[in-house]
Amino acid sequence: MKSLCEKGAVTGIGETAYTKGSGKSTIALQMEAALAAIADAGLTPKDIDGIVPYSSGDGVAEDFITNFGIADLRFSATTPMGGASAIAGIQAAILAIEGGVARHVLIPFGRNGYSGGRIGARVQQLPQFRTIGEFEMPVGQIAPAQLYAQMARRHMMQYGTTSRQLAEIAVTFRQHALLNDNAIMKTPMTVEQHQESRMISDPLRLFDCCLESDGGAALVISGAGPAKDMKQRPIYIMGIAEGHPDQPSAITQRGDMTILGTAKAVPHAFGMAGVSHDDIDVAEIYDCFTYIVLCQLEDLGFCAKGEGGAFVENGGISLTGRLPVNTHGGLLSQAHIIGMNHIVELVKQLRGDGGKAQVAGARIGLVTGYGDMGDGTVAIMRN
Amino acid sequence: MDNPFNDRLRPAPSHDSQPYWDGLKEHRLLLQTCADCGTVRHYPRPVCDQCYSMRVEWIEASGHATIHSWTISHHAFHPCFKKDLPLTLVTADLAEGVRLCAPLKDAPPGSLRIGAPLRVGFETVDDDLTLPLLILADTP
Ligand SMILES: [Zn+2]
Repeated sequence: MKSLCEKGAVTGIGETAYTKGSGKSTIALQMEAALAAIADAGLTPKDIDGIVPYSSGDGVAEDFITNFGIADLRFSATTPMGGASAIAGIQAAILAIEGGVARHVLIPFGRNGYSGGRIGARVQQLPQFRTIGEFEMPVGQIAPAQLYAQMARRHMMQYGTTSRQLAEIAVTFRQHALLNDNAIMKTPMTVEQHQESRMISDPLRLFDCCLESDGGAALVISGAGPAKDMKQRPIYIMGIAEGHPDQPSAITQRGDMTILGTAKAVPHAFGMAGVSHDDIDVAEIYDCFTYIVLCQLEDLGFCAKGEGGAFVENGGISLTGRLPVNTHGGLLSQAHIIGMNHIVELVKQLRGDGGKAQVAGARIGLVTGYGDMGDGTVAIMRN
Repeated sequence: MDNPFNDRLRPAPSHDSQPYWDGLKEHRLLLQTCADCGTVRHYPRPVCDQCYSMRVEWIEASGHATIHSWTISHHAFHPCFKKDLPLTLVTADLAEGVRLCAPLKDAPPGSLRIGAPLRVGFETVDDDLTLPLLILADTP
């Protein structure tokens, strides 16, 4: 079978300021991030011939054709997997490029997640939530926090995972956010402060939950050949895959609710990349909730199922730990840009542009996405 | 419009799920079963994933279940649940092999553990809607 290993590269990245109150339309945020990514790639907007907009947002390919005056857009698609969409979009982009349909594919995300209305309210309108909408919302199970709380509770009872271990994740990402000028959270957090934060849906506390924020981020994906002669050092995509859990329409019906779709993507992504876990210098892991990070670390194979709690303790995922995770602060402390900020951060790390949070000598890194019903995506990149 | 239950989240039953909701109104928990191979499935949907048959029968569940997991919500994610806080939601393994997610009523604090026996009950909301609920089996 043909492999997508190193057929595509990230050639441009762009971000807006991440805020609670952008004062801009979501379309404007997407355009601003997209223009930044295109300029970063050394391209002009008219060079873009493929677009993968965020399926649950309000920007569509037509907006970019209109705003950029693109004369001949040859590829547009959406990858409706919630927080797993961005990496699934990269996979779609590489397929389109490798198939000769497009040369430079733009993946623009952006939204007013803080000022534009509650994310939770919009989630309920997604078709993926139809089953939950009919059978679980009427009995009171409405928000992702409640679904993930049941997953976390099961994990705790099965493996002895503790809330203090979840706190270690939140505290570590806050430390990283403090090194980042474009992070929303600017004050330190302690494990005790996490433990005192308001209980949302037991066992998940307020500080286990991601931010709701405004902002945009975008990527340009180009073929590996052309990427060599472009403005930036290309960041090659070595391995990429999406994985969908069994019983994807309701977490409560899933045979083992402590395993995400991520686990199915992992052998494909690592196999394609031809690297092992020891090769990964830095990881940006989708963190809508602390527990989801812990669960992914296990599903990714960085530790065995049930050992995620011990893995994150004692600074295990800090800049000086065994695996630096979410060097930008993540959705928990930088901003919730649906995981596009994780991809942008990995590219920065591999370019050596990680600023105060740079992992010294980072050569190979991993980034994940995670969608609300358990869809997982994994990409492994190198410089 | 002055009925406060008008504000609650209501299901929009489909052709596939209508018998489930009709059964609840009669205080019966009905589960969809493949008419060809007998596999029980939940939530209701058109196709049996074991034999791809679209022929359906409905069986009445025994009402016996055990706790698979749970959460206690302290935040009302919809205003109609404010009066129910803290809301204990349980995912239950039904004896028939599928799961049910429903509120657990009258659980003493600290009484929840995986595998604890439950029985299924019913909450009549109004003439049009009855919801399932769960009760610890050793509760009188
Ligand atoms: Zn069948």
